Order: sequence, then C-alpha cells, then structure tokens
Amino acid sequence: MSLLSERPAAAVVGVPMPHESAALHVTGNALYTDDLVQRTHGVLHAWPVQSPYAHARITALRVKPAYDVPGVVRVLTAEDVPGVNDAGIKHDEPLFPGEVMFHGHAICWVLGETLEAARLGALAVEVEYESLPSLVTVREAIEAESFQGIGRHLERGDVSAALAGAAHVFRGEFEFAGQEHFYLETHSALALVDEYGQIFIQSSTQHPSETQEIVAHVLGLSSHSVTVQCLRMGGGFGGKEMQPHGFAAIAALGATLTGRPVRLRLNRTQDMTMSGKRHGFHSSWTVGFDADGKLVALDATLTADGGWSLDLSEPVLARAMCHIDNAYEIPHVRVDGRIAKTNKTSQTAFRGFGGPQGMLVIEDILGRCAPLLGYDALELRRRNFYQPGDSTPYAQPVRHADRLESCWSQVLSGGEVAARQAEIAAFNASHDHVKRGLAMTPVKFGISFNLTAFNQAGALVHVYKDGSVLINHGGTEMGQGLHTKMLQVAATALGLPLSRVRLAPTRTDKVPNTSATAASSGADLNGAAVKNACEQIRERLAQVAAGRLGISPSDVRFADGVVRGLSGDGLPWNELVAAAYMQRVQLWAAGFYRTEGLHWDANAMRGEPFKYFAYGVAASEVEVDGFTGAYRLRRVDIVHDVGDSLSPLIDIGQIEGGFVQGAGWLTLEDLRWDESTGERRGRLATQAASTYKLPSFSEMPEVFNVQLLEKAHEDGAVYGSKAVGEPPLMLAFSVREALRHAAAAFGPAGTSVDLPSPATPEAVYWALQRARGGVSWSG
Amino acid sequence: MTNLALTVNGERTAIGAVPVHTSALDWLRDRGLTGAKEGCAEGECGACSVLVARPGIDTPTEWTAVNACLLPIASLDGQEVITSEGLGTPAALHPVQEELAVRGGSQCGFCTPGFVCSMAAEYYRPGRSACAGDHEHGANGFDLHALSGNLCRCTGYRPIRDAAYALGSPGENDAFGARAAEPAPAAVATGMHSSEGEFIRPTTLDAALALLTDRPDAQVVAGCTDTGVQVNIFGSRPALTVAIDRLDELREFEVSAGEVRLGAALTLTEIERRLAGRVPLLSEVFPQFASRLIRNGATIGGNLGTGSPIGDLPPALLALDASLVLASRRGERVVPLADYFTGYRQTVKAADELIRTIVIPLPLAPMTAFHKIAKRRFDDISSVAIGYALDIRDGIVRDARIGLGGVAATPLRARDTEAALIGQPWTETTVRTVAAVMANEGTPMDDHRASSSYRSAMLGQSLLRFYFGGLDV
Repeated sequence: MSLLSERPAAAVVGVPMPHESAALHVTGNALYTDDLVQRTHGVLHAWPVQSPYAHARITALRVKPAYDVPGVVRVLTAEDVPGVNDAGIKHDEPLFPGEVMFHGHAICWVLGETLEAARLGALAVEVEYESLPSLVTVREAIEAESFQGIGRHLERGDVSAALAGAAHVFRGEFEFAGQEHFYLETHSALALVDEYGQIFIQSSTQHPSETQEIVAHVLGLSSHSVTVQCLRMGGGFGGKEMQPHGFAAIAALGATLTGRPVRLRLNRTQDMTMSGKRHGFHSSWTVGFDADGKLVALDATLTADGGWSLDLSEPVLARAMCHIDNAYEIPHVRVDGRIAKTNKTSQTAFRGFGGPQGMLVIEDILGRCAPLLGYDALELRRRNFYQPGDSTPYAQPVRHADRLESCWSQVLSGGEVAARQAEIAAFNASHDHVKRGLAMTPVKFGISFNLTAFNQAGALVHVYKDGSVLINHGGTEMGQGLHTKMLQVAATALGLPLSRVRLAPTRTDKVPNTSATAASSGADLNGAAVKNACEQIRERLAQVAAGRLGISPSDVRFADGVVRGLSGDGLPWNELVAAAYMQRVQLWAAGFYRTEGLHWDANAMRGEPFKYFAYGVAASEVEVDGFTGAYRLRRVDIVHDVGDSLSPLIDIGQIEGGFVQGAGWLTLEDLRWDESTGERRGRLATQAASTYKLPSFSEMPEVFNVQLLEKAHEDGAVYGSKAVGEPPLMLAFSVREALRHAAAAFGPAGTSVDLPSPATPEAVYWALQRARGGVSWSG
Repeated sequence: MTNLALTVNGERTAIGAVPVHTSALDWLRDRGLTGAKEGCAEGECGACSVLVARPGIDTPTEWTAVNACLLPIASLDGQEVITSEGLGTPAALHPVQEELAVRGGSQCGFCTPGFVCSMAAEYYRPGRSACAGDHEHGANGFDLHALSGNLCRCTGYRPIRDAAYALGSPGENDAFGARAAEPAPAAVATGMHSSEGEFIRPTTLDAALALLTDRPDAQVVAGCTDTGVQVNIFGSRPALTVAIDRLDELREFEVSAGEVRLGAALTLTEIERRLAGRVPLLSEVFPQFASRLIRNGATIGGNLGTGSPIGDLPPALLALDASLVLASRRGERVVPLADYFTGYRQTVKAADELIRTIVIPLPLAPMTAFHKIAKRRFDDISSVAIGYALDIRDGIVRDARIGLGGVAATPLRARDTEAALIGQPWTETTVRTVAAVMANEGTPMDDHRASSSYRSAMLGQSLLRFYFGGLDV
C-alpha cells in the first residue's frame, strides 16, 4: 500500500456526509456569482449584440444609436481591446469578430445602468452583414472537407488482414447528437477594478487560472494583475472549463474602461445560443468477429463536430479515440479521428470529454451485431471483456481488468437479472402493444488528463494559533462535492474533527497555475496536494509533540484532535499548536502533487496517459409503448468502482446524477439546428428549457439501486479512492441498449435494431415500426 | 402610486419605484433575497419557485408554489410571499430543508431553493395523508407531481424523492401551518405605472371590461404563465397590463344537473381540486398539463385566451363539447369552443371581450380519454394532443367527439374521423379502418418537437390505443 493511499484508523474520509454547503443550499444562503451583484455598488450590466446569420462578414457596425438609449454607458467593440482580441488559447476565437461564424455569435457588448437599458441599447446597435455560405451539419462539413486542428491516427495490429480473416464482418455508420450542459446557473462574471488598474473577477469558472490568463491577455496585463475567484458554480459539467473566459474578459474590459463594476450574466437563451456543447460525432466503421463472437478487428473513422473554433476539440477527439474500446479487448484496431469545422457554437468539454462518444460507437456496434451473430447482447459483451494482462490499443496495461467481471457478476445477482429476463420474455410474449427490454453495459474509463502536464495541483493550508485550520486548493466546486472531500482529506491528514477545518473559496492569488477542475481528477489531484500540505505541517508538529511527550517523532499519532504516542497520555491539538507557535514553527504549508508514472505520445497515440481506470456496470429495464414509442425506465441496478470512497454519499450522488444525465443525452435531449436554406439557417431551434428537454422527475428510474464496489482500494490515489465525476455518465448506455432490446421485441426473433441517438420517443417509434415490419439492420 | 407593498417572509415591504414589468424574481433578488434563482425565465425549471398565500379550498389559506420569474411584482401587491430564506435558516432548518440537506438532495444547490418551496407547498397541502404509495406517491401522501416543474441537473432526483417521501406532517406549532388557518390576503385594487407602462388590477368585472373597451392594446393577464414568457424571452413590454385573475365574477364554480360551469380565472389546480374527478377526461389532462408550478398559476381562461394551437385543454374541451361565455360591456354571448378558434393564435373573441365562463354540458359521454404525445412525461409541451368522448351502446358508436391539438394552426375537431365512426360497430376492424382516416386529419408540420409524419402517425395510433387501452395490452 502506498503512502498516498494508506488510510489511517478513524479516518474522516470514508464517512458518508452531506455536501458541506447543504444547509446554505436549502436555505437560499449559498452565494453564486450573480448573487453578488446586489451586494456591489454601482454595477453596470452587459448585453450582447448577436448575429442573425450562421456565417457573414460584418461590413458596418454603428454603435452610436445605442448611446441615444437612456442608461447606456458604453459599447464595447474590438477597438477597445488593449491586448489580444481573442477569448481562447488557440487564437482562433476573436472576442469581437469581424466575421461572424455562427448564428448567435456576439459582435459587441452594451453596458447599461440597468439590464433593460443594455438590452435596449443592443437593439439599437446597427450592423450590416454580407452573408456567406455556411456549413451546419457534420455531413456537410465532411463533404466540403471542412476540418480544423490536427487529425489523429491510432493503430494496433494488422486490421486489414484481421478483417479479411474474420468469420463475420459488418459495416455501418452512426451519427449521434451532442448535448447542452444546461447547468442551472448560466455563465456569469462580475469584474471590479482597483486603484492600480488590477482586476478582480468573480467568475463561474471551472478553470480560474485560465480565466485569469485569458483576461490578462485581452487586457494586455500580466497574470499577477488579474485575480479570479470562484465561490461555487451552479453546475459546470465541463461547460465552464473553457467557455467562461471570454465572458469574464468582457466584464473585465468593461470595468477597466468605465472604472465601475461590470456584471455579465447570460440569460438561458444567450447561454444556449452562444456557449459550446458536447460534440456530436459522425462515425463510420467496419468490425470483424470470430466464430465465437470475439472481436478481432475494428476499423473506424470518427469525425467530431467541433463547431466554429477549436476550443478543446483536439483533446476531446483524443479521448474519444482512446475510449473506442470501452471494456473490450480488440486485437486489431485502426481509428482515424478528425474535427469538422461547422458554423455552430464551438463545442467543448462535457462530462466524459469525448470518452462517451468513443464508447458509444462500440456499444452501438455490439448492440446492433449481437442479434446477427446469434448472441444475447449481454453474453456478447461479457465474452469480449478485457482480461488481466491485456493492454489497450494505445498500449496501456488494463490494470484491475478483473473488476469488470466483479461488477458484472454483482449486478447480475443483485439485480436478479436472470429472473427478470425470464419475466420480460413472458411479458413480451403476452403483450402485443407494449414490450420490455433489459440491457447491461460496462464502463471502463481512463483517469487523468491526456495531456500529462495538467496532472498537477497545489494547495495552501493554514493552521492558526487557536488550532483552527483553513484550507485552500486549486479545484472548484460545481456541485460535485469536491470541497466536502477536501475537508475530509484535511481532517483525516491532521487527525482532526471536521469542525476544526474550514475551506476558503478558490482564488488564483492563493493557489496559482492550477489545472481545470475537470477530467474527474479534482479529488485525486487537489486531495493529494491538500494531504501533502497537511503532512508537512504534521511532520513539524510531530517534532514538537515528540519533545513534549518524550517520544520519537515517528511514534507520534494524530487522531480526533489529540496527539499521542503509541501509549500514554495525549496532548490536545490546540495546546500542541500553541506550543509550536511559541517555538517559531511554521504552521502553514503549500502543498503540491504531480501524478507519477504518466507518459503520452500524442502524435503516435501511444503511452500510458491514465493513472488508472474506473469501472462500473449497469443493468437497465425499460418499457416501451408500441403506439407512441414512449418509454419508462422501470429499474436500474449499478455497481460502480470508486476505489475506497472518500465520501460515500457524495459518490453515490455523482453516480446517480451522472447516470441520469447520460440517459438524458442518449434518449431525450435533442439539439436541433435549423438545417434549412431559409433565413434562419444555423439557428439553434431548441434554445430554451421549453424546447430542449432535460430529464425531469418523470425520467428518474422508478427503482434505482446503486452500490459501490467493495474492497476496491486504489493504490495510486489519495486515501485509496478513485475519481467519480465522469465515469457513471456512460453507465446510461444500458438505457439505450434496453430500448433497442424492447424495440426489437416488436419484430421477429433475431431482429437487429438501428437506433438513432438521441432515442426520443419518436425515434423509438420508428425503430419499433421497422422491427414490426420485419426490417432488420443487416450490416 | 407609491403605496404598493407586500409581505415578504413576514415583513411588510414597499414595492417601491421599479419598472412596471419587473418580475417578482428580480424584485426579490434586488432586495437581497437571492435564494430564488433565474434558471430559464420561462417557468420551466422552477429555480425561482416561491410560496404565495392564496385562498384555499380546504383551509382558508394555502401556501401555493409559483414561478416568481413569470409574475410581475405589481401582481403581488397586498399579498404574502415566503422564500427559501423565510422558511428556515442554516441554524434552524425547516423540516423540508432538513430532509433535503441530510439526504444529499443538493449538489450544486442552484435549483435547491426552488425545490424547497415546491416541496414545502406539498408538505402543507391540506389533505395530504398516509397512503399505500406508488411510483409517484410516497407513503406519506406526497405527490411527486408537486415537483414536476422543478429541474435538477445534478442529482438524478432520487435523493430529492427520498427526502419528499420522508417528510412527516407539520406540527401544532408550525407557524406556516398556523397561517393557513387564517384568511388569505384579499385581492386589492392596484395601479402601478412607470415610464415603460402601466399595471392595473381592477376589482370588478365591469371595471375590467371598461378598461378593455377604452384600451384595445391592453394585455390581459391572469397567471402570467404565457405573458411572463413573452416579457422575459421575447422582450414584450405591454403599455397596459390588466390583471383579472382575482375577479370574483370570473371565479364561479358550479356543477348542476345540466352543466359544469368553470370560471375563466380559476387556476388549473383549483379546477382539478374542486372537480375532484367528476370530469374523468379532465382528470386525465391535469397531471399531464405542464407542471404543478404552472397549474398553480395558469387559468383555464388563459389557456383558451392565448388561442394556442397546442394547448392541452382545447382538445379535451372540444371533446367535451364545451362553450365559452364571452363578456364585454356590450353584453354576453355564448360561443361553442368548436367555433372559437379562427386561425393561428386567433379567435372570435374581440379586443373588448373577456372569457368569463367555460361551460361543459352534462351528462358526459361515457367513454373518454386524453392522449398527449410529448418527449417528456412531466412538464412538456405536446407534439400532439387528443381528447376523446364517445358514446357506445350495444357495441355501436352512437356519438363521437374527438378534439385535436398540435396538428393544425388551431385546435380542431376530427370531423372525418367522427363521421367515420358514428354508426359503426366498435370493433378492431372499424378502429383499424378509421385509424387511417384519423391519421389524415389536420395538416401537421415538422418542427423540433416532432416530424409531421410522426404527428400524423400518432393520430392513427391514438385511436388504436384508445381502443386497446381498455384491454390489457
């Protein structure tokens, strides 16, 4: 057991506890960025002028009429930018564009004494456009060969030879939709400028350090002149990893030019029409199986719909390519990846970060091919699982591959799957107009940023003279419970009750050069950094305690607020801290962590980019109404591997929430852009909660059993835990596959159902109608 | 006027000089009560939910959860509002807050204050009592539909459901429970104006009709569930808004031997509770109509007044052969609903007229059903909605009325289908033949909710479902 993962007796980690802000949440006292406006004097409000074209050149921009609107204070345009007119890190995202690249693209921003004044001011701005041809769908982009960024190639073995020798070969295409984050809190920023012209920004951001860098380059300042704070976010899901920067920069620019605080909060329509989403993908593939249903080769081309600029499309694509195997050993693999450039919002990180898209391709393949191979889909999946000793196509050993089988067999037994399959068969045989389906799918998900450099973190821990502890770390809280876990880690590392530890908001002037709170890595990285800082302090205190207790420092133990030797009386923590101060012992420490053992050759797509894999298995049962295609999620059983959980209530919440969000992506959430040639071409038609439907109470599984895999110690991570943010999202593949199973039950035995994604009631209806008509996908 | 005021969390607070279209949500937030949030600004997500003291059905007052984003603050003049901050504090949590907090019911917490208010309304609902429980009801009688208008993107809802089902009953000393035993605040005459426009709440029907006669540009509002969206999302700024939801003349409720009379300003929740299952077709509509938060504000008159082609009530009311009483200073007239709609969001109602009463003739047809096709079961707008009222005796269809929504510019009767059914034996053969006729009703369009071909298919499938629905399918 490593020092990092070793858990002391009576640890505070591992104890189920509610979110550290729960009492503030439920009473409405928890503050979010836009709640600070009312507490700030003299705030100006920002409103964008948005393009009504998917692609156009701006031939004239007249802002003067806006100034005639009462209450308008300033219009921000490209001419106002003192630094770099760019909102990203690739320098392909002008903050104020000369050529609009998507419907809704912000051209300039109006600042008003009230939001209403800013809105009316924006309406008064006159813009002339020269409309240009646009590409709206990924297919249009492929046809026009409109790509951006670096295409990638991943290869192992001899795919052509393996396919030539395969017993069964199938070919298919699969295009599937993206997903809107729909964090309940839209993008918001509040910028203030001080007497030196330094900027302080409250921002709803998952990546304060990068928000700081972008604001600095827009304003032409050094990073030390910009401070970003994030109290908490009302949800992020990856949507606030890259996307907040430009909005923060607008607020900061406005504050700089006017000397007044500037608030920028997007309303839902603006957020949906301006900010990036999960990438939709197009895939085409050829797959080979041997006579025993084992995968022998996969040849696939993945095209990510990147939207108008690169943003995080390249790493998203890389993760998709690294996850096309999901949990399955495929000896011969060839994957080509590329990024389409289209006139849409710039697609970005979203929980799973390409992983779900890669995994969806192989799960779709297995779901389609199982009936044609004559296998039950459960059996086909299980017989292709990675076994101990196997490696991924990019040459990383699949450590703990046996956990796939452990999770699978626990779901089989705990979920009474065999009995229910029999019940479902009987039900389907006796019902013509309604059918049930059950599917099980596994998840294997690599944990760490693919880009090795991002796998570092810092923390700052203060012990005050009265023994109270204040911790600060580089991670952000977006509801995932990171701060709760960090408090538990610090209390465990210092041997204190949780009440002695407080956490201060994330700020770039406390912990610098942080990575995004993303890739599920927040607790792994920041937890190890917090632990490191605490251990530095503990070691110094152990010296003091050893002197007082007359024992060796190595025998000093910290637990429950008492410091003691292996036997005998203890010393209260507060007393020890006070003594240490008098001895001039440093009572605070900066912690640091870098994940060891990672290496990745991005060009060759080879290496060991992941510290470990997280595993899980879900079984879902659905009931489909044959008249309408509408369905209900009757029961879900999950066993998921979070290592030794840092905080079980939080982890179960992540699993359940991720699952339902994944089910939303795959079944309900329906992004529709206007693909017509009319004047609304490129407009997002589903740009509101009334038209873009995310799961509500009616989509919650009626029975929802979630278990954490037991005895799942992870040697390489803080207190033996594993990351949990993203992996459970992909457990929702089981819902989609259960729908496929139920739709197939409307047709003759052996029907293979080609199911679109999202599998909306309408999509399911057409799929079951094809099955009824005896139409089977034949590959 | 400067004397507009309401009671917020027990404190009387002047509304003050704010623009007339200021929403209750923005007004509360500007006063530092930032618990209620804007998540969508169109009454879909419930993050802005607050409690208002409304006249009750079973107790003098009922705490009613509504979307604060849709209501102009002027409409709450003289009323009482409770927000999440008023229900409890971190040191003294309300039972609803306690259950949500300890069970992991909040993750990011942004939607949570809204859930708290919706859940509290159900906690205090008179008549909530222990029951057997099912997949939409707890053993404590908690109706999950109370939360149908609240969206959470983090939790997956399970811990919120468990919190709701763990709730006990309000204790004897519960201050909010005690308040419900006292009369609700009366509606007060309100007049508010700013440079943007004017808000007027008249106290008599005659005064309201006089206003409409003088000001054909007036925007009539009741629950504001439609107008609020127009204001928030589409920038509508009516010069004059006239609130009619508390006019006694528009709130009649009467069931006699020959008819059911429903006042236009009754909310859908009020109608649901007062009818108590007496019109089975409407009982099927209510749980599918938007969400509890919307039904607490939206009125039956408003649903017809907007003239929307996809409202859920018109197909049902068409099947019920309902009529409308239209009132103006010129007098009253009765219009069959089937003759009411004239085009996309257009009706025979003149600018100076108000819908006063909806009349449903009795006896009801013996076989009725309501089918709603939508992406989501709770809180969604229908792609297609169908109301059925059939009279089948001795195996023969004697009479048939079928109302359709979502398949044309207006709600309409499925006249060809009705004609094809009447006189025919009610058999699978008939139904399969007539389903093909029904699939050709209307002129459905393609949009983001559904394709035209799916809408047409759903019409035919609906008749099959209606037929087979009585069987164990």
